[in-house]
Amino acid sequence: MLTEFATVLVFIVLGAVTVTLMLFVSRLLQPRNPTPVKLSTYECGEVPFGSSWVQFNIRFYVIALIFIIFDVEVALLYPWAVVFQKLGLLAFVEAFIFIVILLAGLAYLWKEGDLDWVRTMQEAPARKGEK
Amino acid sequence: MTGPADIIFYLLAAMTVGAAILVAILPNIVYSAIALLFSFAGVAGLYVYLSADFLAATQVLIYVGGILILILFAVFLSNRISDVKISNPSRFHWQAAFICLGLFGILSYTAVSTAFPVKAVLSYQPTTSEIGELLMTRYLLPFEVASVLLLAALIGAAMLSRPDGGRGRPAEMEEPKR
Amino acid sequence: MNPLFDIAVSVARIAVFFAFVFGLVVVMTWVERKGAAYIQDRRGPNRASIMGVTLFGMFHPLADALKFLFKEDFIPDGAHRLFYQLAPMFALAPAILTMAVVPFGPPVTIAGKQVALHIADLNVGILYLFAVSGMAVYGIVLAGWSSNSKYPLLGGLRSSAQMISYEVSMGLSVVGILMVFQSVQLSAIVRGQGELLFGILPRWGVFVQPLGFILFVTALYAEANRTPFDLPEGESELVAGYHTEYASFKFSMFMMAEYIHLVVGAAVLATLFFGGWQFPYLGDSGFAFPGGISVAVPAWAVFLLRIGSFVGKTLFFCWLYVWVRWTIPRFRYDQVMRLGWKVMLPLALANIFVTGIVLLLIDRGGF
Repeated sequence: MLTEFATVLVFIVLGAVTVTLMLFVSRLLQPRNPTPVKLSTYECGEVPFGSSWVQFNIRFYVIALIFIIFDVEVALLYPWAVVFQKLGLLAFVEAFIFIVILLAGLAYLWKEGDLDWVRTMQEAPARKGEK
Repeated sequence: MTGPADIIFYLLAAMTVGAAILVAILPNIVYSAIALLFSFAGVAGLYVYLSADFLAATQVLIYVGGILILILFAVFLSNRISDVKISNPSRFHWQAAFICLGLFGILSYTAVSTAFPVKAVLSYQPTTSEIGELLMTRYLLPFEVASVLLLAALIGAAMLSRPDGGRGRPAEMEEPKR
Repeated sequence: MNPLFDIAVSVARIAVFFAFVFGLVVVMTWVERKGAAYIQDRRGPNRASIMGVTLFGMFHPLADALKFLFKEDFIPDGAHRLFYQLAPMFALAPAILTMAVVPFGPPVTIAGKQVALHIADLNVGILYLFAVSGMAVYGIVLAGWSSNSKYPLLGGLRSSAQMISYEVSMGLSVVGILMVFQSVQLSAIVRGQGELLFGILPRWGVFVQPLGFILFVTALYAEANRTPFDLPEGESELVAGYHTEYASFKFSMFMMAEYIHLVVGAAVLATLFFGGWQFPYLGDSGFAFPGGISVAVPAWAVFLLRIGSFVGKTLFFCWLYVWVRWTIPRFRYDQVMRLGWKVMLPLALANIFVTGIVLLLIDRGGF
């Protein structure tokens, strides 16, 4: 097992060296004569307006949070999946409980609208009337 | 095990600790986040040396691929990132030093006084199925409790993201009523 | 144990697979353009020539590479200089790392020793794959943020949110495969697919996990930012997404990373769901068809057939990317997110339950 991981380490080093070398070689070969216009960022040909490092939609952050939680679930399910056939019904019930608890969370997010990307400004009751 | 394996081990340990120190002292929080990446990766490498292949992969999967992304998102989405002026300030040096020393004392005492079960011969065996069996039998309760914990985290995350602290509907923007 | 022999074998394996993937990446850039041209009934690249030989435009990738090398590379004003330069590295390095665990052939015996055709046969192969491909998000996030330009930032955020959304479904869609083949080691999964199902069908992942296969393919396309999930670089709305501000060789590194992900993704798809290097009904000593007919095949031919089978499957899935790209229109972003969280995720969980119940029934029924 250690030899396999050692190969992976060699591969990591190889990957790092490859990317660095590529950048270095291209650096040697390419010309360099920047002008102010060339260096400006692209904004459909207009003069760039303000910085783009502005506060952003929090929904991206929420998605990342939800992702981590399900990622942990996936990681916990893998060892279970491997021994599933050995343990049979018992393991099935145990994982069933595990997943159902998390499904409850998913159902909650779903109902509350945290999974919707675009939301209307209307409140929930009014939305019902629309349908 | 001699020679290269040992050297790599010490390099990994140095990388882990060095990157961790950088996380603490770098003034720019984005740099800290990237340093944290190397620290996490180093820990994964140390797990490999402990014959914990599953843990090593999970470490990268969850910490590097998940939690650090979350941290980066938090940094990038926060308001004042444009003035790259030091978003990682340090205050309360003395109090922090006191608490850290205390923690260090407790941890090192525990590390020294615990009788760790040491195997005479390290055998590098696949661990995934063993972990699975233990999770399903001996550590069943922690396994199920973990899902409750995750549920709580899920709901907490959703609550926190609401503008009025969880009393109303999720954050609104974009489309007004047609 | 002769260490020199082991090292030589390792180096050879790395060299062979590296060459295979990189070669395929180069060919893929050509196939993409030529395939697009044929689907849209035009000629596609056909000008580049060496001494008058054009070879269906096969020299275009070469010309592209040279052009990338010699183009001026600059860092735009206001960009974060360090991260702007690091981002392409963070994009390309994980892509290269994903190659490490794909088994590309059956074990062979060289000089009396078993050699697995596998760069590194990790016990946790699948987890490694997900862990490393998850790191690809860094390149995109950093590129989008460090450019300090609006389109890259939007593209980077969109892309990373999309990638992490589909990573969950991707991870869950494979759980069924793990349950059937009882391993997270890719070589063991391939070995498990060599048997027959009901004595007729090869026991490939796609036959035991049809839903899992569909989910995995969908997630794979979303992860690779391919059409119909190419929102991050949707030209009509985001110019080029996270690499709008990149030029020259740094841009080509992003492209390389993208194509390596495609090729490795195709290889993983073949490995998990189409038996990897397994050739249908081909055993170690020859064909054994369901009707009891068996045809003896010499060992070298078996080996070649198996390698060919892996290469053929990989090539097919590479072509499938191109085919899909010019067939299916792009989703809207909210549709992408809805599909990921509200369709794929519940379906993946349902797939796990159904797989579990079927496996239990088989266990009870004893067939």
